[in-house]
Parts: sequence; structure tokens; C-alpha cells
Amino acid sequence: MHEAATALAQSDCPNCARHFARVCEILDRHQRNPAKLIPILQQVQEEYRYLPTEVLTFVANSLGLSPAQVHGVATFYSHFTMTPKGKYTIRLCDGTACHVRGSTDILDALRRRLGLSPGRNTTADMLFTVETVSCLGACGLAPVMVINESVHGQVTPEKALTLLEEISAEERGS
Amino acid sequence: MHDEPLLTIDRRIVPINGARNLLETARSAGIEIPTFCYHSEMSVHGACRLCLVEVEGMGIVASCSTQPAPGMKVRTNTEEIRRLRRTAVELLLANHQQQCTTCGKSAACQLQRIARRVGVDQVRYKPTQSKQPIDASTPSLVRDPNKCILCGDCVRACDEIQGIGAIDFAHRGAAACVAPAFGKTLSEVECVYCGQCAAVCPTGAVMPRDHTAEVWRLLEDPAKKVVVQIAPAVRVALGEMFGGKPGEIETGRMAAALRALGFDRVFDTSFTADMTVLEEAHEFIERKQAGGPMPQFTSCCPAWVKFAEQFFPSLLPHLSSCRSPQQMFGALAREVLPEQLGCRPEDLAVVSVMPCTAKKYEAQLPKFSRGGRPEVDYVLTTQELGRMIEEAGIDFDRLQPESLDMPLGFKTGAGVIFGTSGGVTEAVLRCAAERLAGVRLESVEFHQVRGCEGVREAEVVAGGATLRLAIVHGLRNARTLAKKVLAGEVTYDLVEVMACPGGCVGGAGQPWADRPETRRQRAQGLYMADKMLDLHKSQENPMLAECYSQWLGEVGGPRAHHLLHTEYQSRRRIGGANLVVLDAPEKLRVSVCMGTSCLVRGSQTLLRQLLDLVAREGWHDRVQLEATFCFEKCDRGPTLQIGPRVLHRCTLDAAWQAIRDAVGEAAAATS
Repeated sequence: MHEAATALAQSDCPNCARHFARVCEILDRHQRNPAKLIPILQQVQEEYRYLPTEVLTFVANSLGLSPAQVHGVATFYSHFTMTPKGKYTIRLCDGTACHVRGSTDILDALRRRLGLSPGRNTTADMLFTVETVSCLGACGLAPVMVINESVHGQVTPEKALTLLEEISAEERGS
Repeated sequence: MHDEPLLTIDRRIVPINGARNLLETARSAGIEIPTFCYHSEMSVHGACRLCLVEVEGMGIVASCSTQPAPGMKVRTNTEEIRRLRRTAVELLLANHQQQCTTCGKSAACQLQRIARRVGVDQVRYKPTQSKQPIDASTPSLVRDPNKCILCGDCVRACDEIQGIGAIDFAHRGAAACVAPAFGKTLSEVECVYCGQCAAVCPTGAVMPRDHTAEVWRLLEDPAKKVVVQIAPAVRVALGEMFGGKPGEIETGRMAAALRALGFDRVFDTSFTADMTVLEEAHEFIERKQAGGPMPQFTSCCPAWVKFAEQFFPSLLPHLSSCRSPQQMFGALAREVLPEQLGCRPEDLAVVSVMPCTAKKYEAQLPKFSRGGRPEVDYVLTTQELGRMIEEAGIDFDRLQPESLDMPLGFKTGAGVIFGTSGGVTEAVLRCAAERLAGVRLESVEFHQVRGCEGVREAEVVAGGATLRLAIVHGLRNARTLAKKVLAGEVTYDLVEVMACPGGCVGGAGQPWADRPETRRQRAQGLYMADKMLDLHKSQENPMLAECYSQWLGEVGGPRAHHLLHTEYQSRRRIGGANLVVLDAPEKLRVSVCMGTSCLVRGSQTLLRQLLDLVAREGWHDRVQLEATFCFEKCDRGPTLQIGPRVLHRCTLDAAWQAIRDAVGEAAAATS
């Protein structure tokens, strides 16, 4: 995962000046108020797609909190991640309804295709991250899968792989 | 009296007495309810669920977080409560590494004690956690997460008492743990090694680092002359390990025990505390006459010194340059003892017994070494000494008191009260007030500086001048006070800071104590010891006077300065990588410090302006910009590093000029 982080930092570096400027902007917008830590972390994560420890140290220092306190919040919520995520984050629902309708098969299919395993959720090329979530609140459409912001209902393993293929093709084309 | 609010606990009528919760009400009535996560001096956490009681009309509630109300009917010991407590402890034990026989906390372990008390005779649950690595990165403390029961006492002690927050809860649910930031070790973060986390930990999850094996080895070695110094606060707490009461003065039996263990000479850190008084009072008067920088802050407490070095670099010129008594002893011992004891310098071993875990860190600082060897070889805590006495089979109760060795064992009362909050101030006053007034003081007790409040202020008139004093313990209090001093909101002449609650008597190396009362009793013991001594003023210590005339020259003179004083340095709080703001590998590297001191001096604006300038010139591929966290030159911020050059008090113009020069040179070199 460390290598992946380095890879991201390098591949992303044309943007790191913009990232830093954005972090400063986010902190200023919240008046460097430690009570606003969670919205600040959310916005910082949007910027970097994860929470790098160096950025968290900077945030802690700017808010007058200890790095351990910021680390505590960043690790408590599953929304936050301290390891880089892929360009496309696939969230597969494994709540009761989706589970009984076969979400496990979809997960297996995605992992097999992408060469992922439990504990290894992001592809080496930093394109895909596959995660399960407990419920997306769309049980009528079970099984449900969300790719970044777009929601897909009644997914089958075949349909999931087709979606993957479409994204990959698009990436190759771009 | 007829209106006194009352309630009923276990069929006994009990006054509420303004207690902040039911638990305190019950305890003040002599009804002991078990707890892990409750400490009267910290906020209520309500996590351990051991303090459950049944309140009529309310059902079962946690007594620590329930307000007492008049007429309440409370039961603390029903079949249901007993069963719930047993289950709670059983669940804690399931994930606790139950290796009690090999655990340093054994016998003082609250988990062990409470498990026995609530009658746990089996653990029906399987462990769910895998083994975590032990953090033994610091010279002072060892963290073993496998023994943690997540009561959060350490987290709250570090945050609420010390205002640091070096550790906090991380992760969630079954993965929850207490940890320093970002999976780092304690030595890589802002921990000051005060050990208050260990002092409140009910299990062996944080423990003072044990150095008994190393000391046994020294004692076994026939070639070594092993001398020991005993800190003031040890003598009023060691007895607790052998059934004595807190505050009982055990100097004599402690000396006998140390000789029985094989130490060649038994000396007293109070002797060098007397020396600290002379040096510090001299420095104080010099400062006062030179006009500053005032106030003078004390420097005996290594946790406070590290705290100041990390968080208040601009305060460092205010810290007394005096070494702590432990390190004065170390320097003096290396200087004079080989000749006195007739041994080669390399065969002299110096051991300390301290109430403190931070002293272990202080002793190994490179600035306190001579010829590559620490002046104080090993530091034992009061707990470790107690264990060694036990291990050697010495029946402490049957020891006959013995006296300490001369001359480094002779002290006045001033050197003894060093071990309690307010003691250093009083000791220095006994000297400085006399010097300032130019006449001998008849009364030596300054009751206005005694007490146990976290922040105390006092005024003392001496020689026509009024001295304004502040005494703080707990680094959170110190932080508040330091900020006010720096902002000019308050003015003092002398500020005494001790990191631990109550001062050294409440140090983390002392025997386990869960009541603030214990610290008060120990402090009283020290004041009693002062009373019982013939001399109360350091300047009247005849052995000390001889020591100066024979070896050190004048108080505050060059020789004394060389041996007994020190310097301080800014220290970064957290190790780790820099934040890359603009990446251009193998090109000119520009690091801008984003540590607190530089941040408040505008380093962030500086970095953004540099970014803009680099963009304007189109030098993205030539300049790598980074935000770094502390160059340890905080007094001269904002600090920048441009290639190999370090620029202090850097302005945008200076930085940009340096970058242009460096880029120009690089271009010239390649063309």
C-alpha cells in the first residue's frame, strides 16, 4: 500500500500545489475551528481522495489539536481513509437485502477480475477501489452498487463486470 | 442541619455533601463501588460499566454519571448488579492478555483486584483480537496494547491533566485501541514521558520501563563502585510498598535497604537540590538585577522542560539554566567521587532512585554524558526499588534505620521539600529572600506557596521588593499560564512548574495510588521531614559550602556553570514525512516550516506566495516545494531550507532571492 501511496503522490503531483492551496482555503473557510474537524476532513479527503498523514499533521497543527486526536477521528469513521483510493470507488452494498440477493457473488466476481482480496482493496494502477458498505438505503433495488456517485440497481456479476469493462475502455481511450 | 439533602444507599442514610455524582456520594460514605474508568480529577467517561447501581424508579444506572438527588433509594450490591459486573469484567478479560505472573503490574493491577473482588471464576468468551506489537521505543515507558482494556484513563490524563494528547483512541468497534498518531511509536510523537498515563492505567498496558536487571548487573560486578542518589519524594512513598502509610518518612530504612542491596554509597538528591537552590537563587537575583528575561521558570522537572522545548520555544530563555538536582548530582559524582572512593572514573557507576519516569529520559540525554557515557547510568523508580528490596528478600519492616553517606548525603530541609509542588519555590525563597533583604530570616516557612490547587499565586516582600510568584502543576495549567506570560497578561518574578499532579510526590514512578489524598499525605511527609531536620536553608548547608570551596569555586561561577548548568533546544513534536506541495524530483528542494512557531509567524502565507512566484516563472520542473514540520529552530522562525541553505526569520524577498540564486547556479552548472 505504501508503494501505491508513493505512486499516487507522484502521478498526482502536477496537482499538489493546487491541493495545498485548497487545504489552506478549507481551513480558512472553517476559521480554523477545531469543532469543524469532521467537515474539514471530508473536504480535504475530496481533494486528495484520501487523508495523507502529512496533511493530517498540517491540519492538526493548524487547528491546535494533537495529531493523535485527529488520527482518532480519521480512523473512527469508515468514510475516511488514510490509504489512497482508486479513481473509481465501487461501493457494493452488503446489507441484509443485498446480501440475500447475492451481493457476495458480485463481490467475488469484481475481486477476481481486478485481482483484489480482503485487505487489498485498490488496484495497483490506482484505477479501482472495491469496498462493501452495510446499507445504501435502496433495498428495493437490491443488490445495489455505487460507482463514485452513480447508483446501479439489481446488479448481477455479469452486469458488474460489464460496467468495469466500460470504465476501463473509456480510460484506455482517454 | 435539618435541611441537609440526604439519600439512602444500601439502607443507610447518607448526606449528598455536594458530591458531583452518586459514586462520590457512596464512596464518601465508605461504600466502595468498583471502577476502572473513574478518576475524581478527570472528566467522567462512563465506559467501564463497573459502577452500576440500582436506583429505585430509575433501574440500573452507572453511578459515575448519575446526579445524586435527595430521597433517592440506591442499592449497590444486588444479585443482578453482581452478575452484570462479573459479565463486564469477563468481557474485558476475554481480550486481555492474561499473563499475570509475568506482568510488571501484577499485585498492583486493578483488573486483577476487581476480577477477584467481583468473583470472576471463569472467562466464557474467546479473544477476538490478534497480538499487537509492544512499544518499547522510549527510555521511560513501555506500552503493551495487548493488556489495554480501553478505559481511556491514559487518554484523559494526557489530555486533561497534561494538555498534550500524545495518545488517543483510534479505530472503532472491535478494532478500537489507544495509540499515538498515525501508528507511530511514543518516541516519535510529542510525549514528554511524565508517565501520568501509567500512573492511572489500571492494568499493565502502560508501565514505567524497568531497569532493575541493569542495576543488578552493576551491583554484581566487583570492579564497580556503585553509588546511589535518592530523590526527596521517594522517602515518603517507598514504605507504601511494604504496608506503610503514605507520607511516612523512610529515609533511614531506605538507606539500610540500599546498602543491603549492595550499593557502596548512599547519597541524597536533596544535597544537589540544595545546590540547585543556591545556583537558581543566584541566577534569579542576577536576572532580576539585569532586568530579565523575567519571569524565571524552574527547570527541575524534565517533563516540563521537554514540554517547553516542544511547545514554547520562545519561553526557553526564561527557563533557569540550572540542571535538575539529578543531573547536578551526576556531574558532581563524576567530578569528585572517583578520587574520594579511590576508584578509576570508569568503575564508578551512578544510579538514581526517582519518583519519576521522565528522569529516565533526562539521564540519557546526550548533553548529560561525559566521554560517551551518561553521568547517571540508570534511573530506578520508587516502584523498581521496592521490587528489588522484595526480590533480595530484605524484610523492610525489620530493618534498622541507617544514616546516609557524607558529604553528598547531607541536606537541609529546603532540599527535601523539592519533591512537592511549591517546594522548589519555597526553597529558593528561603535563599533569595534572605539575599535580597541582606539579613538572616528567622521564619523560614512560606505557607502562602503551599497547597494543592493546580495554579497558585503568592507575593513575598523581600528587601523592600515584592516578589510575585506562581506555582503550577499539571502541564495543562502550565500551558495556560505560559500563554498568559508570553502575552504579557500576567507578570511574575518566579514560576515553578511541575508536570505531575502534586509535584514529584505524584510522579508516575511512585507506588500505585488512586486517591489524591495519598499525594497530599506524601507532601505532608516532606514538610514534616523538613521540620525534623536541623537546617532549613540551603545556604546553611555546611557540606555544600565545603563542596563549593573545595571543587566548584563560587556559586554561579565559571566552574559551577560548566558543571551545574545546561542549555535548552527547540524540539519537533512529531517525526515523519514532509508534505510535498510542488513536486520536482531531483531539483532544488525548498522546505518551508509549518510548525506552530513558524505558522504563527506567517509561514503558510510565505509558502503560498512562493508557489505563486514559482508558477509565474514557470519553474515547476526546477523547484520542489515542501511543507515540513519543525527544524527545531523555533525562536528564529519562519525557517526555510533552500537546497543546503537554511534561512531564519525569512521574508518573501529573501526566500525568492535565495531560490533565484540557487536556480541560476544550477542552470549555470548544467549549461
